[in-house]
Amino acid sequence: MLELRGLCKYFHTPGGMFSSDRKPIRAVDGVSFKVHRGEIVGLVGESGSGKTTLARVVLGLTEMTAGDVIIDGIDLGKATRQDMKKLHSEVAVVFQDPASNLNPRQTVESSIMRPMILHKVPKEEARKRAGEVMDMVKMDRQYLESYPHQLSGGQLQRISIARALALQPKLMILDEPTSALDVSVQAQILNLLLDLQDSLHLTYLVITHDLNVIRYISDRIAVMYLGKLVEFGPAEEIAVNPAHPYTKSLMDSAPILDPELRGREKKLLTGDPGSLVKIGKGCRFCDRCDFCEDHCRKEEPKETDFGDGRIVFCHHPLIDVSAPAGTKDVAV
Amino acid sequence: MKKKSYRRYSARSESLRMCLHNVDFMVGLIMIISVILIAVFAPQIAHYSYSKQGAGPRLTAPCAEYPFGTDELGRDVFSKTIYGTRIALWVAALGASIQLILGVTIGLVCGYYGKWVDHVFSFITDLTWCIPGTILALAVVTILGKGLTNVVIAISIVSWASFARPIRAKTMSLRNMAFVETGKAYGENGFSLMFRYILPNIIPSIIVMTSMTLPETILSTTTLSFLGLGSKSPSPDWGLALSKGMEYITRAPWLSIFPGIALVYTTIGFNLLGEGLRDVLDPQMRSR
Amino acid sequence: MQELKSKPESKPAASEYATEPEGEASAAGTKNDELLKLENLSINYKVHDGYLSAVNHVNMTIRKGEIFAVVGESGCGKSTVAHSILRLLPDKDTKITGKILFKGQDLSTFNEKQIEKVRGRQIGMIFQNPLDSLNPVYRVGTQVEEAILLDNPDKAAAKKKTVSLFRDVRLPDAELRAESYPHELSGGMRQRVMIAMMLSRTPELLIADEPTTALDVTIEAQILDILKRLKNTYGTSIMLITHNFGLVAEIADRIGVMYAGEMVETGDVFEIFRNPRHPYTKLLMQALPRRSKKEGRLKTIDGMVPRITDDKPCCRFANRCPSASERCFKESPAAVDFGNGHICRCFEAEGAESVKVNG
Repeated sequence: MLELRGLCKYFHTPGGMFSSDRKPIRAVDGVSFKVHRGEIVGLVGESGSGKTTLARVVLGLTEMTAGDVIIDGIDLGKATRQDMKKLHSEVAVVFQDPASNLNPRQTVESSIMRPMILHKVPKEEARKRAGEVMDMVKMDRQYLESYPHQLSGGQLQRISIARALALQPKLMILDEPTSALDVSVQAQILNLLLDLQDSLHLTYLVITHDLNVIRYISDRIAVMYLGKLVEFGPAEEIAVNPAHPYTKSLMDSAPILDPELRGREKKLLTGDPGSLVKIGKGCRFCDRCDFCEDHCRKEEPKETDFGDGRIVFCHHPLIDVSAPAGTKDVAV
Repeated sequence: MKKKSYRRYSARSESLRMCLHNVDFMVGLIMIISVILIAVFAPQIAHYSYSKQGAGPRLTAPCAEYPFGTDELGRDVFSKTIYGTRIALWVAALGASIQLILGVTIGLVCGYYGKWVDHVFSFITDLTWCIPGTILALAVVTILGKGLTNVVIAISIVSWASFARPIRAKTMSLRNMAFVETGKAYGENGFSLMFRYILPNIIPSIIVMTSMTLPETILSTTTLSFLGLGSKSPSPDWGLALSKGMEYITRAPWLSIFPGIALVYTTIGFNLLGEGLRDVLDPQMRSR
Repeated sequence: MQELKSKPESKPAASEYATEPEGEASAAGTKNDELLKLENLSINYKVHDGYLSAVNHVNMTIRKGEIFAVVGESGCGKSTVAHSILRLLPDKDTKITGKILFKGQDLSTFNEKQIEKVRGRQIGMIFQNPLDSLNPVYRVGTQVEEAILLDNPDKAAAKKKTVSLFRDVRLPDAELRAESYPHELSGGMRQRVMIAMMLSRTPELLIADEPTTALDVTIEAQILDILKRLKNTYGTSIMLITHNFGLVAEIADRIGVMYAGEMVETGDVFEIFRNPRHPYTKLLMQALPRRSKKEGRLKTIDGMVPRITDDKPCCRFANRCPSASERCFKESPAAVDFGNGHICRCFEAEGAESVKVNG
């Protein structure tokens, strides 16, 4: 459904008057992974890991620096006008902040109808469809008449999802869809998203920093650190038995939901995520990693495939690498 | 939860209700409506044509027949002042329209596209701000030639920047809002994003800014008319009346006093209206 | 507050904690152990159609050296309670009744000067967004020094203490960081500076209002670690206000669950996680995503938090409660003690084993 191949996005810092070398900020640097049709892939990472930038590239909101993005067989880099139009209707998005997701000056109905009008759906049909998608997200149709400021955060987020569904998308990008919501509302939205995915066979790319949410909702998880993909694989595997030291620390930091687990052994990260500007040659996680050795600083780790669909970028993965043969050579 | 029926009641109707409770707004509104009524019914109110010479004796002090007195050519000052409202309102309307169109378009384009477009226009804006407005307007009038319309155009060219700046800033902050990004992701083009998504959200600010620039435009035009660049006699322009009145200020102060009062009345009316609107429409002051 | 006599808990609440746990706390004697005690605290905001009940008859006790977490969803009044303790609510249109006892003294009777002496020195507070709490034009070290100089006018010592405090909160390169301006620090570092600033005056109680909500999980874990160590080394009591059950499970000793301005359940953290009594607490815990979707959908709570302007007796959760009976809409449930300080306000939870506290 979605395939990223060596995706890069560099931003340029406004250089000073006398600085000749303007260092690019490598927000996303050579990320490759595939999202299959009908699955939910979670993308996690700290702030500054490039996960939102990645989403913006997929949505066509910003141009990539290098690499390929292939959505449903269309190469984003070589897409024609016709292709772009198709993509706009096939890829939908829901952002984090319920309050700014809808145009405050438009009724809910016109907000939902707008994407359809844009894609040449006749007005009457669009109106009918607006009612249908409201039913799908379990909102009363009377709210079609209201303005965003009259609704609660949970209701707004439902409407944002309704609008996303209006054009019958195939891929939905959900950027922190529940971060701004209360626990009970979050549960409603997560259930709704899962129900919709089941009934409409949607593909989701969910971006969030909430590890419990991502573990709950995802089939596979991609972990990013400072613009790089560090680990990618089945959700439970990654949550229970992470291979990359960063993933391990991330999972250890996840809030526990049982005080009995308090004494558990955990590996907390020290320091902040480093800067994207000052990046050395080697592994980007070096400064915070316990297993860091000389060659980690010099050499970027290569992809190690663990066979069970798990990919790790590390010189010293935490789990036994006995499964696939030959990976040892790559790692050392 | 009780089911509330959400009819098409919008933020607008709420604003309207708040406006009606705002003293500044109401006083300003009444003042401006009275000016508009006077302008519309000027022929009915005035006894004489504003340009009719010898309507009475020269330089008569205010009396029952000539409530505001007469001028050096025997024209009725009352009639001139009444007809002057038409000029003032025309100036306000024309000036505001030009400034709105220039300021809003440029502000939106700069704020939305950023980069070199923004650099170029910001430079121009900065430039117009560096030169004193009146002097720049004088220069423009010299190029365009004298005349009321040219004066208004000159003033608008000088002051559109005060529109463009805040609109640019607001556009920049709205540009990255989720609903704009979502629209972009659906394939909306820049024009649609600017005018359909962003513009409606800055209309309250535009209304406030417009009502604030109206009196400024009237005053600046009056100034240039006073300097003899605007209307020519026998126009009932207040600025012209003031400048002519200066010659007779000791002998016949009514020549300048009454047009002066009319000018102050109109500008205060617009100012109050603007302040009232700002109180109501400014999102910082407004509680949900 | 006397106008609300009908409420069951308007009796002197001293008896409320009569059945204190036999743990380490009661060994030192219950009375002296109480650092902060809220008695029947009610806060009403004046709105255009009457009074909005933001907090209603809240009772809670924070003991010395414990972390008490106030948990609840947005709009449940948890921040209002915290702000009322240091009188940070707008005076206008706010009506506060009840007692705020800090070491036996009622803070609500203090005048502005007296309360200023309590702020910072005895009760410190940190907020969700540390950038708003730091002055952007001064170096962070200077700001912490200023706080120290308020009590002790020795400049050199203040400087030294600042650095050692920065080390205490595990700020990397403490000396160097003291020279930084707030904008040069990351969110996690700023929150550390705030904690250091609060610690500089060694308050007995630290109120932390959503201290990690704006931070990444990894940083959140670090901050929690610091708070935990504070409690252990300085014996500071912490009132942790949060909507995140994860934080609660991680560091709290006791918790209070708030709903629509009322404290619906309080008790020991282990007890409440193991055996929640109030339907709201139960539902809230089941609404948290754990493990994987393969284990089924999450439990949800239908409806919305009511906006309460009238003082009709009823259970405020009744309209969303799956097990609400008619009685719940007509009477306010009393606080029931299940022993061990586990108090719950619910008719359903009233079992045979329970002892009614009052009402």
